[in-house]
Amino acid sequence: MSLTHEIKFTLNGSPVSLTIPLTMSVLTMLRDLLNLTGTKYGCGEGECGACTILIDGVSVNACLKFAVDCDGRTLTTVEGLVADSRNDPLRTAFAEKGGVQCGFCTPGMVMQARHILDNYPRANESQIKRGIEGNLCRCTGYKKIIETIASVGELDNKG
Amino acid sequence: MIMPDRNYHESSRAHVTGAALYADDISNIGNLLHGCVQASTLARGTLCALNLERVRQSPGVVAVLTAADVPGVNDLSHLPDGGGEPLFIEKEIVSEGQAVFAVIADSLDNARQAAKLAVVEVEPSSAVITINQAIDADSKIAPSRKIKVGDSTRAIDNSAFQINGSLYTGGQEHFYLEGQISIAIPKESGAMTVIASTQHPSEIQSTLALLLGVSSNSVTVQTRRIGGGFGGKESQGSLCAGVAAIAAQLTSQPVKVRLDRDQDMIMTGKRHDFRIDYKAGFDNDGLIRGVSLDYASRCGHSLDQSKAVNDRALLHADNAYYLENATLTSHRYHTNTTSNTAFRGFGAPQGMLGIERVIEEIAFTLQQDPLDIRLANLYRTPNRSVTPYGQEFDSKVLVRIIGELTEHSEYRSRRKKIRRFNQGSPVIKKGIALTPVKFGISFTAIHLNQAGALLHIYRDGSVQLNHAGVEMGQGLHTKILRIVQDILTIERSDIRIMATNTEKIPNTSPTAASAATDLNGMAAASAATVLHDRLIKVASHRLDLPEAELSLSDGFLHTGDKPIMSFNELVNEAYLQRVSLFATGFYRTPDINFDPDSFTGSPFYYYANGAAVSEVEVDLLTGEHKVNRVDILHEVGQSLNEEIDKGQIEGGFIQGMGWLTMEELVWNDQGVLQTHSPSTYKIPTCRERPSIVNIDLLRDAPNQVESIYRSKAVGEPPLMLSISVLHALSDAISSVANYRICPQLNVPATPEHILESVQRVEKLGLASV
Ligand code: FES
Ligand code: FES
Repeated sequence: MSLTHEIKFTLNGSPVSLTIPLTMSVLTMLRDLLNLTGTKYGCGEGECGACTILIDGVSVNACLKFAVDCDGRTLTTVEGLVADSRNDPLRTAFAEKGGVQCGFCTPGMVMQARHILDNYPRANESQIKRGIEGNLCRCTGYKKIIETIASVGELDNKG
Repeated sequence: MIMPDRNYHESSRAHVTGAALYADDISNIGNLLHGCVQASTLARGTLCALNLERVRQSPGVVAVLTAADVPGVNDLSHLPDGGGEPLFIEKEIVSEGQAVFAVIADSLDNARQAAKLAVVEVEPSSAVITINQAIDADSKIAPSRKIKVGDSTRAIDNSAFQINGSLYTGGQEHFYLEGQISIAIPKESGAMTVIASTQHPSEIQSTLALLLGVSSNSVTVQTRRIGGGFGGKESQGSLCAGVAAIAAQLTSQPVKVRLDRDQDMIMTGKRHDFRIDYKAGFDNDGLIRGVSLDYASRCGHSLDQSKAVNDRALLHADNAYYLENATLTSHRYHTNTTSNTAFRGFGAPQGMLGIERVIEEIAFTLQQDPLDIRLANLYRTPNRSVTPYGQEFDSKVLVRIIGELTEHSEYRSRRKKIRRFNQGSPVIKKGIALTPVKFGISFTAIHLNQAGALLHIYRDGSVQLNHAGVEMGQGLHTKILRIVQDILTIERSDIRIMATNTEKIPNTSPTAASAATDLNGMAAASAATVLHDRLIKVASHRLDLPEAELSLSDGFLHTGDKPIMSFNELVNEAYLQRVSLFATGFYRTPDINFDPDSFTGSPFYYYANGAAVSEVEVDLLTGEHKVNRVDILHEVGQSLNEEIDKGQIEGGFIQGMGWLTMEELVWNDQGVLQTHSPSTYKIPTCRERPSIVNIDLLRDAPNQVESIYRSKAVGEPPLMLSISVLHALSDAISSVANYRICPQLNVPATPEHILESVQRVEKLGLASV
């Protein structure tokens, strides 16, 4: 049997306490134990960004992080963005601007976009590009994703 | 621009909230077991002994599968002549990545841990890895094919100038973001339901029937959406589905098999790599008098779709140019590498690269703008309009595209500017090129050009829509919803698009060849029209009015402009009148024919055309490059959804650019793939995106043949627009010897290959001064 450990953290605004194996990744914990499947497995090695979530407001690849390291921290997944109406423009823009094709990269992109906009509320193209550099998309060619994030930045600042 | 609501991707809201379910996200399956497939690490040899005792004893293990556990036929090839592609190796190992055994356990971790405990004894033998080794060994996997028109040998000999050379193109990993996965769920009386990430549910169904030794009616395959396919899930899905289904049958429990990313890259087929040998003769006017193109492709260890892929390469060897005297040959080679398969473009991109290289060579020889050589050789009606395989091609649209694009991209003046820039810039060299695309639409296997749809209207007026195509991000469902919505005139929210399911539509063709909207759109339209007409008849009966005076619009039955009853009321009325409220639709593409033996016919219902201008800059010291600007003018007929079409163009272009400039597959001498993870195999990130991409759809150009809404297919053709990037790189490199030497740049144009090419041009340039 592998060693287990009890952790407590805040997930999408609610407290969670869980006993997990020491070797479990955050991605596996979210998907297999907590049934939050919006966070995707794309590569499992920190190269694609499909598993992007926010830990204490900072974007991380959930596949690279050990679940034990979540103890005492605050996690936000794509499902958690729904509760916060601040994210409505972001989601609407992704949906409306054609930034979604197969959609598999989308939750990770949305999370990364949140992170970028939190840091650069008026993100310009080069900040956006730097921000989503680690998020692969095989379908869109990125144009519409970049435009989406840029448009939300403008919107947020107007509104 | 904000799209009108009905034009959004049908699942976009589910995607942005993480609620859109892919196979791996389906969690409400009790007693789910997980499978881990162990692949061969040897490219060729014999499996001498397999000791799985410790694997079986490992914690959580429920079953271990080998070739002996396949209840039916151990074959995935799905070919009428069968054979050649076992699910599990029996004795002979013919490629790295072939499945040796599978472990089924209560968790993926336990399955993986257990798999490591196997003792596998193998005896290696010498393997054929590269295309050149295959040519030397003459290891053909299928007979060569040839198209011959006129007398190319004589025409070349009698020309004022001759050129010849070779071009290598690398393969390409699909890198769909969602990897291969299947879940098999055993049902009563030996039936099996499989949720698969596949572009071809019907092929999975029949392959599973064969593997399980049951008939097709015992197997149901369903696919709601897949996280990218690009051809990589046309035939390749049967590995996971096969292991999952056999395990599910054996254990009577549901089983999920998901490859991890590296396994996926090692085990599944890729784009075919090619060596293209060319010879051409031409005169001062730049017209190709005669040409010979020899295509040798690496098919890998089994046939898979290699025949059709190479056929399409040959059918696009002309690209947009009239070839009066041509010998076009395709050789298909067996190698001890993964079995290459469909990939967006399906051989056509490689086919086109050959003739585009010839054009380039002519331009360098004659010291002319390659665009002028392209224009000189373009198909022209009436005398230069027949393709080498005998189909008529009307080039009017393509001529218009090239003309308009040349103008609005300011190709000519930019080219001059770039030449001036290069004179004053010793390290950074710019280049520009315009290349055209003519891509034939239809499956060349004529029988695949069919599709079905099934439409249910329920008593409350809500609709379920089924069709044969798979949504893989290309916007198929969104387009088809629009079609049905237009005919029934109801809200999109009243129509639910169902998972593609072999239970609903049997004998489906793969979602491929760019044709899914053409085929399924027509089938869905036909089903919707049947129901529409029935409803009108019901109304006519009830109201005692002639059918001609009745119409549906905005969800209401109208006479003239006057709404009479809602769609829902009308539907209920039909029910009460005992009129059937479901209908099937079926479509077969008309007017196509092709004889693959003589290689003649009119295999394509129509052609989709486009052209692109790319501008690049190359750093001569590092070999690195940037794409500064891309202008695209592409034809989609009367678009069913402009934003989706532009998304396909942009995404296809970038994917093609990845193949041509950066994605490199490297195998070592032993045939072991070295680039099997995203850390070593690089697909374009947003960094590689050109700074300026202008995409225009050709206006006022409805499809000339009767297609759904006179639209045109858009999935694959734009990928080949990226050939302009390769040629722009070539233009930039050739500047180092004052545009006199053809750089003969190989694919992918990585910094290494660019530097090699620069050195070659410098050396030859010095020699020729
Ligand atoms: S799955 Fe975590 S980065 Fe790819
Ligand atoms: S939309 Fe398919 S990977 Fe981004």
